[in-house]
Amino acid sequence: MEEIYSEEQKICKIAKATPETVGFLLAFSKSTAFMKCRNLQFETVLN
Amino acid sequence: MELQIDDSILVKNYISGDEKALEILINRHNQRISSFIYSKVMDRDITEDIFQDTFIKVIRTLKRGSYSEEGKFLPWVMRIAHNLIIDHFRKNKRMPKFEGSDDFNIFSVITDDKLNAEKQLIKDQIDSDLSLLIEELPEDQREVLMMRIYKDMSFKEISENTGVSINTALGRMRYALINLRKIVDKNNIVLTN
Repeated sequence: MEEIYSEEQKICKIAKATPETVGFLLAFSKSTAFMKCRNLQFETVLN
Repeated sequence: MELQIDDSILVKNYISGDEKALEILINRHNQRISSFIYSKVMDRDITEDIFQDTFIKVIRTLKRGSYSEEGKFLPWVMRIAHNLIIDHFRKNKRMPKFEGSDDFNIFSVITDDKLNAEKQLIKDQIDSDLSLLIEELPEDQREVLMMRIYKDMSFKEISENTGVSINTALGRMRYALINLRKIVDKNNIVLTN
């Protein structure tokens, strides 16, 4: 069977989040906490 | 050979309070998730935004204790990213946005009729100088010129208002302009924008 090749090769675009974004997420994680009060849950963001 | 800790163990450690576990998870899957988002949105800045929103959701879910280890961590994160990509396209559909590229800038086609701040200042200055010059004209000429230029009246209307013939109004207008030019030349006034 004839093999069909696409004229436009699918170029793999490698993307990566920047260290700043990763840093922000880690800082966000450290500052975020959930606390329970009776049956309610509150999100707190510490400075 | 480096020992790789399983995602599920890292997730458990993170839930228990080990922040380092999250860093490992993010770095481990950064390229894969980012490339997945980029393959859909084809924009690096939007990829970065969606990646960030994805992990904010991940962090909140894990910290809240709502995560259940039913499937694997990566497919779950990919699903969140996928949903956020859909949200992004929905939002753009409601409010389409056109962004120019390096080759084409929309503002080279669309122009604004308004003068820029500098040109507006010059125009205001010229208008104010001109009104002072008009004050120097004889009363009859000034009257015709004001009606024609500032009130946009036709010469027929001017003749009716001033009680003179159209030809007289035309003559007064002509002399008004000649005299204005004379004043401008005499005083070396520059009236150009």
